[in-house]
Amino acid sequence: MSYTPELKELIKVVEQTRSERVALKKRGGEFPMMSLQERERMLTYHPDYKEEGRRALKVGSSKGYRVAHEFADILEAWSRVKPEQVDLSSVAMETDVLIIGGGGAGTSAALLAAQNGAKVIIATKLRHGDANTMMAEGGIQAATKIEKDSPYYHYLDAMGGGHFKGDPDLVYTMATQAPSVIKWLEELGMMFDKFPDGRMKSIHGGGTSRKRMLSAGDITGAEIMRTIRDEARNHQDINVVEFSPVVELILNEHGQCAGALLYNLETEEYFIIKSKATILATGGCGRLHVQGFMTTNHYGATADGLVLGYRAGVEVTLLHTVQYHPTGAVFPEQAEGLLITEKFRGAGANLVNIKGLQFVNEREPRDIESSCCIRECLERGLGVTTPTGRVGVWLDSPMIDMLSGEGTVQHEFPGKYILFKRYGIDIAKEPMLIYPTLHYQNGGLKITADCRTSVPGLFGAGEVTGGVHGENRLMGNSLLDVLVFGRIAGENAAVYIRETAKDGRLTLEHVTAFHKQLEAAGVPKDRVSPMLLPDYTDPEVRKRQLTSHYIGTLR
Amino acid sequence: MTTNVTREKKIKMIPIFVMGKRYEVPETLTIMKAMEYAGFKFIRGCGCRGGICGACATVYRKAGDYKLYSGLACQTVVEPNMYLTQIPFYPANRAVFDFSKIKPEPEEIFKLYPEIFRCVACNSCTKVCPMDVEVMDMIAQLKRGDIAKAAEMSFSCIQCGLCASRCMGELPQYHIAQLARRIYGSLIALRAKHLQEAMQAIVSGRYEECLRTLMNTPDADLRKIYQEREMEPEMTGEDWTPKDKKCL
Repeated sequence: MSYTPELKELIKVVEQTRSERVALKKRGGEFPMMSLQERERMLTYHPDYKEEGRRALKVGSSKGYRVAHEFADILEAWSRVKPEQVDLSSVAMETDVLIIGGGGAGTSAALLAAQNGAKVIIATKLRHGDANTMMAEGGIQAATKIEKDSPYYHYLDAMGGGHFKGDPDLVYTMATQAPSVIKWLEELGMMFDKFPDGRMKSIHGGGTSRKRMLSAGDITGAEIMRTIRDEARNHQDINVVEFSPVVELILNEHGQCAGALLYNLETEEYFIIKSKATILATGGCGRLHVQGFMTTNHYGATADGLVLGYRAGVEVTLLHTVQYHPTGAVFPEQAEGLLITEKFRGAGANLVNIKGLQFVNEREPRDIESSCCIRECLERGLGVTTPTGRVGVWLDSPMIDMLSGEGTVQHEFPGKYILFKRYGIDIAKEPMLIYPTLHYQNGGLKITADCRTSVPGLFGAGEVTGGVHGENRLMGNSLLDVLVFGRIAGENAAVYIRETAKDGRLTLEHVTAFHKQLEAAGVPKDRVSPMLLPDYTDPEVRKRQLTSHYIGTLR
Repeated sequence: MTTNVTREKKIKMIPIFVMGKRYEVPETLTIMKAMEYAGFKFIRGCGCRGGICGACATVYRKAGDYKLYSGLACQTVVEPNMYLTQIPFYPANRAVFDFSKIKPEPEEIFKLYPEIFRCVACNSCTKVCPMDVEVMDMIAQLKRGDIAKAAEMSFSCIQCGLCASRCMGELPQYHIAQLARRIYGSLIALRAKHLQEAMQAIVSGRYEECLRTLMNTPDADLRKIYQEREMEPEMTGEDWTPKDKKCL
């Protein structure tokens, strides 16, 4: 569906101001960046700052902490099973390390655990590689060009972007481990964007002081995921159990995590995997559609790991913010919510309103960019309305060819170029319409820099954890996060099973105890979690499913 | 709720045939959303919903047209009287290998995937590829020994498996291409020397003092340092260096 005549008229307005905006950039000029004070004022437009959007948790280890209703609804919820129904003496599989989640964090954890001599099972809700990692586009940060950059600047950028709320140990670990992660990926055969002499290309992302964003076209995450997944498939000691989400963690009499209760989505059986160490790497929460926002996230991003960890006693941290990516597609309708990588802005594309005017520098941190887009559309009324009634602003991609030469858009953004081409839109010549979209879970389960949680034998890595990104993640730091901490978790889990893990009687008493808290707090009985899959069934269809029995979102 | 949707338009309904069975769905939806609208709940055949994970490969025909079309259910918009089925999984042979022992030679690929020579150049793989990869030509490049070219040509592959499903020679093209890309990325493209330099600098402890000082800086001062940090201008080349070199 190409642009309608009405939208094409509006594109002409953008074209009128384009050459002047390009000329400004060529002169080295910029739309002014905001001061920290200006940023704070702008954040009042951000969904995170709406108090009516959250409530204090009534139960669990972070009781009293105010989080979005959508998080509270899954944290204050009953198990999918009655603990007494589960026969803990019947163990279906045993392993050294059980990894819950088959994305970037889980897979890198598996590779490092196996490399350190452990037998590994990756249990994943959908297929191996079905994860937000696969969808990350723009790049991965690492300070690898030491004549202009260092972990010091990477640390500073990440801290500042996260409103100075990041955990210093975690940020330090991420920044200093980054180059070795890139080297690891290069050795495994990832195809980075390079100059002919092997030097990696690097660009800016929002909130970076140095160009340290490394990439593989506009499918960096997919290239990482398919490379490490391919490597995992070569390992005899890594087994993958697909279509089997975990519904509860299992502890042992020593209080250590000793495995999990899983659910086979296809046969609807519950079964137990016993392990000496367990790594939660379940990813994020976009499919909770916090505050009704559309999302860029994977079908399985329902924050299951938060629920599992929280019931076992792990605190949540920095969960009061979620990230809205400033540039999700709003046109055409079928691309709704689709991520338009920040790399477009890194390469120089402006954000402009219906009058063709810039309203924000395109390289502010994501929360600031989103706030500005929301203000432009909802308060100032300077957004562009699509035929289906959505409002957005322009991302002026044709500037990129004018700045860096004809063909740059097609070459640097092959994924998006092809996709929009199919809709009859040439993004090298026409801008895209965008609006903020729910993108990332900034906070999560509390971990230390060696990926330990407060429960012995339970490790966490990636988007399910919180701390490294403070209140707002920078572009390119999540692909880095999953690999840095995935590897650490895998390595430390392998050490843990040799030194600390003890065999003992399995128990779900923590679930029973949690249920007592829910009972006391008066939580409705039909609220169950983890959610596992989002509910997109038409309510009219559901009404006619007279004999179907729903537990949460699943039949 | 912060919402940017202002009004609902009247929706036109069209018939589609899911595995031969008729459903009425709104005309603007993707195949995936149309099936959900009709009452299907996906376990298989649905992944990223963004056109990159390869979970929702779909083949379809249009009324009165013998031709077989393909697409991703999450990206393809429904058309009236479309006959469709998803192919969420296809059994294809994947060779197991020790990547650390692989050499950048085409013979390595021929050894692991001898079936590559069963290709009869029918081009069915290319025709069915939802990502417009020139699959058959890519395989031809490999047979000629050009791993680099095959790697580049297959870069957009999402490993949905449709090529393998149509292949007369029973090749697992997407696994073969993955191996080619890894060999290219690791062993043919030149390595980035600056990675080693950066790792050595970190291990030598060069940044420790700067970093530890920063980690112990009170919030107010940290904000000041952040605000005043030197920014690399956007339109610089690879040779730019900052004025302040203290923590480099």
